[in-house]
Amino acid sequence: MQLVFEKRAAFSRQTQVLVPIVSFVVSLLLGAILLLASNVNPLTAYAAMATGALRAWTETLVKAIPLMLAGLGVTIAFKMQFWNIGAEGQIVLGGVAAAWVALFWANGLPAWTLLPTALLVGILAGALWAGLPAVLKAYFKVDETLTTLMLNYVAILFAQHLYYGPWRDPKGYGFPGSAPFPEAAWLPRLAGRVHYGLIFALILAFVLWFVLQRTRWGFELRIIGENQTAARYLGIEIARNIVLALLLSGAISGLAGACEALGVLHRLQHGLALGYGYTAIIVAWMAQLNPLAVPFVALLMAGLLVGGDQVQLSMRLPAAVGVVLQGLVLFPLLAGNLFTEYRLRVIRSGSARVKEA
Amino acid sequence: MLDLLTSILAITLRAGTSLVYATVGEIYTERSGVLNLGIEGMMMLGALSAFAVAYHTGSLLLAFLIAGLVGGLMAALHAFITVTMRGNQVVSGLSVTLAGTGLASYLGQRLGPASNNYYLAGMVGPKLLPLAIRPLADWPLLGALFNQDVITYLMYLLVPLAWFYMYKTRAGLNLRAVGENPRTADAMGIDVTRVRYGYTILGGILTGLGGAHLTLAYTPGWAENITGGRGWIVIALVIFAMWNPGRSIWGALIFGGINAIQFRLQAAGTVIPAAFLNMSPYLVTVLMLVIITVSSTARHQIGAPAALGKAYMREDK
Repeated sequence: MQLVFEKRAAFSRQTQVLVPIVSFVVSLLLGAILLLASNVNPLTAYAAMATGALRAWTETLVKAIPLMLAGLGVTIAFKMQFWNIGAEGQIVLGGVAAAWVALFWANGLPAWTLLPTALLVGILAGALWAGLPAVLKAYFKVDETLTTLMLNYVAILFAQHLYYGPWRDPKGYGFPGSAPFPEAAWLPRLAGRVHYGLIFALILAFVLWFVLQRTRWGFELRIIGENQTAARYLGIEIARNIVLALLLSGAISGLAGACEALGVLHRLQHGLALGYGYTAIIVAWMAQLNPLAVPFVALLMAGLLVGGDQVQLSMRLPAAVGVVLQGLVLFPLLAGNLFTEYRLRVIRSGSARVKEA
Repeated sequence: MLDLLTSILAITLRAGTSLVYATVGEIYTERSGVLNLGIEGMMMLGALSAFAVAYHTGSLLLAFLIAGLVGGLMAALHAFITVTMRGNQVVSGLSVTLAGTGLASYLGQRLGPASNNYYLAGMVGPKLLPLAIRPLADWPLLGALFNQDVITYLMYLLVPLAWFYMYKTRAGLNLRAVGENPRTADAMGIDVTRVRYGYTILGGILTGLGGAHLTLAYTPGWAENITGGRGWIVIALVIFAMWNPGRSIWGALIFGGINAIQFRLQAAGTVIPAAFLNMSPYLVTVLMLVIITVSSTARHQIGAPAALGKAYMREDK
């Protein structure tokens, strides 16, 4: 007897929904082993994390916003099999550009235009930062995984240089960070520190779903991701579409950074590069690249982060427990995805060759 | 002046050791066709476990062994996900990094002594000290090569051996065949799965050892985020070395050298912003990548393994 993987004719919908849920449960089980090993009752710890994340619900939402936005940005790129792992840098540069407008354009612009201009420039910066590797990939076939990754460090170091150096607030008592933005550049808040970025994210989730599923362009992007040869036969312009999609991908991550700077931090300082760009990849993958699922998964991941912070306070457990759970969730997910594409078949001994599916 | 250069070279080698181990490891992994972006996580967890073991047992040897084991286990997980389960290599590697750094941070706050709230940070453990080889160590400049610790001395052997193994042995040829064209390699009777598992795990072991060198020798002690992005630099160094383990030393020396020079510059209070110095390696890597890719002749001579990042399944046609 022999076990053989056989390609499915079509992706299995049920497994696509089931796999992320099972994966999350598996990551909780793996985390439970870790907690047990360090003499903590996992049920108590998880209950404390959940109640902590719910009690601090505004903070959970605050952390969910950049994850939603960057998760959506990553989704577009991944949909075309473009491995943009540069969301982190795109977020940071979006924040830097927004900060630039907020700090230095206030005198030249009417007050009411300051905020929209800052958001727009942040969006543009994110788009350009993703556009560069996209052009290199589309026209010169340069591997995007490595270029997007390298550009993260360039963006982070550039931002650090600014708030440790030329943009540092002289009245900041030596703390690294720019001067606070004028209030005209602040993104309004809804509750607690939750800002309008939440509304942008929810609208964008719906718009992206619509674009990807219901428009001609979305269809082209999906074909490019699924089968480049077919796309070429259909006369789809692959290179141009890669660049356009990546400009959009970076733009949304840039918006995430701009919102973070203008809505949460109110100055340029440490706090833009907290790893949201990497967690966004977990978000996109767990949402199975479905824009409508992204906000929910982002909320769950933000809950793990805030829950981790809460058990650090209440149970004196390391806050990293949330990050560990985030990191563990993808392994069962990646393994499980095999079953959306393949089915396991048992072959009796003696039977000769596997028939092609 | 000569003394200054000697000391910069000595620091460069010390700073570069962890990078060379991980770079050689990742070159072997990638040559088999597996991209492992989990270096940062494996190195971090290797660094943590090495220090924790050394702190509690006092044995440096055991600490290095455990660090290698931990790195190897994490790499085995990556191999299982990507080779057996055909999971996406980019995403799996990122998960290794996220899980590894998260676990290290968690354990760093659990494995310390009760008197320090179970924190490992700030604790003093055994250190791997440099072992000067006299009289060579007294030479001007090159003496820096002979005033290092055992792990760095072993690095002098590792690099040429890794080169020899890859280009001059049958096993090395098989490895390269699997990374270039797994289907042909399979037809030649090479066990693709076994080769990919083997070299991915080897990469993890070497990366774990590199991490151990950080907490036991280079900057002894545990600190949150001790690898500070070194794992990502390694991904760049592999390109820099053009997948040739013999060249791994140069990139690591340049990166280590930038560290060392920056150290000196800051001490001297110069105005050159450190950020731009720090940025240059990443920009150079992007540039290198473009040059390698665009010049097709270069690609033929030195290029990346053709099957890098692609899962192989016999059943597919």
